[in-house]
Amino acid sequence: MIRLEKRPTPSRGWSYLAPLVAVLATMVAGGILFAFLGNDPLVTIRTIFWDPLFGPLASYFRGQLLIKAGPLILIAVGLSMGFRAGIWNIGAEGQYIMGAIFGAAMGLAFYPMEARWLIFPLMIIAGAFGGFLWAMIPGILKTRFNTNEILVSLLLVYVAEQILASMALGLLRNPEGSGFPGSRNLRQYESTANNELIAGWGMHWGVVAAFIAVIFAYILLTRHIMGFNIRLAGASPRAAKFAGVNPNRLILFCLGLSGALAGLAGMFEVAGPAGQISIDFNVGYGFTAIIVAFLGRLHPVGILLAGLLMALTYIGGEAAQATLGLPAAAIQAFQGMLLFFLLALDVLTNFRVRIGREGHA
Amino acid sequence: MGLSIQIDFLLATLMVSSTPILLAAIGEMVTERSGVLNLGVEGMMIVGAICGFAIAVETGSPFLGFVFAAIGGALLSLVFGFLTQYLLSNQVATGLALTLFGLGLSSLMGQGYIGVKPPSTGQINIPVLSDLPYLGRILFSHDLMVYFSLVLVASVWAFLKYTRAGLILRAVGESHDAAHALGYNVIFVRLSAIAFGGACAGLGGAYLSLVRVPQWTEGMTAGAGWIALAIVVFASWRAGRVLLGAYLFGGITVLQLNLQAAGVAIPVELLSMSPYLITILVLVIISSDRNRAALSAPASLGRAFHASH
Repeated sequence: MIRLEKRPTPSRGWSYLAPLVAVLATMVAGGILFAFLGNDPLVTIRTIFWDPLFGPLASYFRGQLLIKAGPLILIAVGLSMGFRAGIWNIGAEGQYIMGAIFGAAMGLAFYPMEARWLIFPLMIIAGAFGGFLWAMIPGILKTRFNTNEILVSLLLVYVAEQILASMALGLLRNPEGSGFPGSRNLRQYESTANNELIAGWGMHWGVVAAFIAVIFAYILLTRHIMGFNIRLAGASPRAAKFAGVNPNRLILFCLGLSGALAGLAGMFEVAGPAGQISIDFNVGYGFTAIIVAFLGRLHPVGILLAGLLMALTYIGGEAAQATLGLPAAAIQAFQGMLLFFLLALDVLTNFRVRIGREGHA
Repeated sequence: MGLSIQIDFLLATLMVSSTPILLAAIGEMVTERSGVLNLGVEGMMIVGAICGFAIAVETGSPFLGFVFAAIGGALLSLVFGFLTQYLLSNQVATGLALTLFGLGLSSLMGQGYIGVKPPSTGQINIPVLSDLPYLGRILFSHDLMVYFSLVLVASVWAFLKYTRAGLILRAVGESHDAAHALGYNVIFVRLSAIAFGGACAGLGGAYLSLVRVPQWTEGMTAGAGWIALAIVVFASWRAGRVLLGAYLFGGITVLQLNLQAAGVAIPVELLSMSPYLITILVLVIISSDRNRAALSAPASLGRAFHASH
């Protein structure tokens, strides 16, 4: 008989090993899934995980890697703070959209003035503020009215999508776009463009911001009292209360921070890779970032690696779509599966598996 | 103003538009009453939607479609059940994973079914009653699933209130340690509740794809599962109020769709977002009374159970 025995403290070894085993298990399960879809599993796995990095077209794909990983890491770092403290912001997708709208609106308000030194920083502030504002709604409702932040933040994604549609068709529509929906292209406007800093690397200001966020989060968690409070509230809410941690402040801080970072990600995306506000601007980074946060063990450095891996599945998935005809949705299912395996394997971090009856072992 | 909204037509479509959320919400309510918070309703609904749609198209029988939608939803929910009950994973994270996985899986399954028309689910005109003037059209000429969902709500209410099994389920939800000490199998009770919730969500999804829309499009649940979760909170975990909440929400949806069609001078986007905004507003009102919200929620909701002996 198999029994689970609670470990006194989580196993360090397994907490590092679990994500790796989960990735391997997902590759096996994914291979079976791809075989069902009529693709050769080994070829598909190689196309997704190997070819973008080392294959013949690697020079193109490597640039894409940072472009995709940037927003994922930026959003996931913010989310991980709240997840650690048991505050569940799952509406990052909405905050991402609002950040993009605020940032783009700020930049377009100055059109066609040429003053990048002023306009671009203002856009960054506006983007962060947009996401912050959108995350404050569940935050304030939670602290004032005890409303469930999971449901409110998620429902606000649908509201943000409607606002996005309204902006693309109305207020922010390109007046010279001959009636087509979508805003002016921010990349073609010198003062707002968030272009690659080194051609071909995929490194734009959003990726720089993601790296800064990782360092900032690491210092916050290990060296700052707020980081200690976050970890304390997650490990033992009662102890946090006795230690004088104000739960409302913690909620507002975690939601505000994750919202601001998601908003930043949206702003850098709209001014860079996406280029304009359009109806289908958001592609689900806010949701994938949840997987990234967990895969990275809610740790900033882990999130950095997890973000790169998840970006790889995105571009590998696109490559497999182009060369093997693998449906786009397969990658989404693949990513969801990865989170399942990770959560399942976490049992080994917190429990010891014992075989045999109690007392005989 | 030339509003071409007919009240009786509006009321008749209200029942149809409420049924998917009603089914999902009543299932989730049972799951939560057993102390399990499954945030994967959206994922189970959309998998149910495509399972039901595919089977109905292939066999030509909507009935079989609904049966397999329930099976599909229940199977998917048992993945969640296995992870949270046996491997003691975090319920919030696992529920989210279920939703993300379900959305991907459903679009994968539904590739060949975009633009296909499903076999129609026949209306049942209840003899005599459906001929009643006015009321007949509103209440008594719908498809079978509308009546099934109402019967289901009544059965869940009676099950929880009057049966021994219902009492055990509630006991497990209030205090799993006490229920375990009394010799009840907490994990079995919870797995059954999770599977029931999954089956109901699957039915709700299939109702969307087979009757309400009726068509398959990717991501067609559009947050219905999350609204079902909100309705459970709104209903304070009571069957009767789940019905009220679902019909209230269905009413708002139908009203805003009708206003859109009538071309009222309100921006379309504002109308489209109104159901979500109103859900948030209702959540705020319900949860602002801290004492009542805390009293009506099952005491063990979301807590993992691990029997050390």
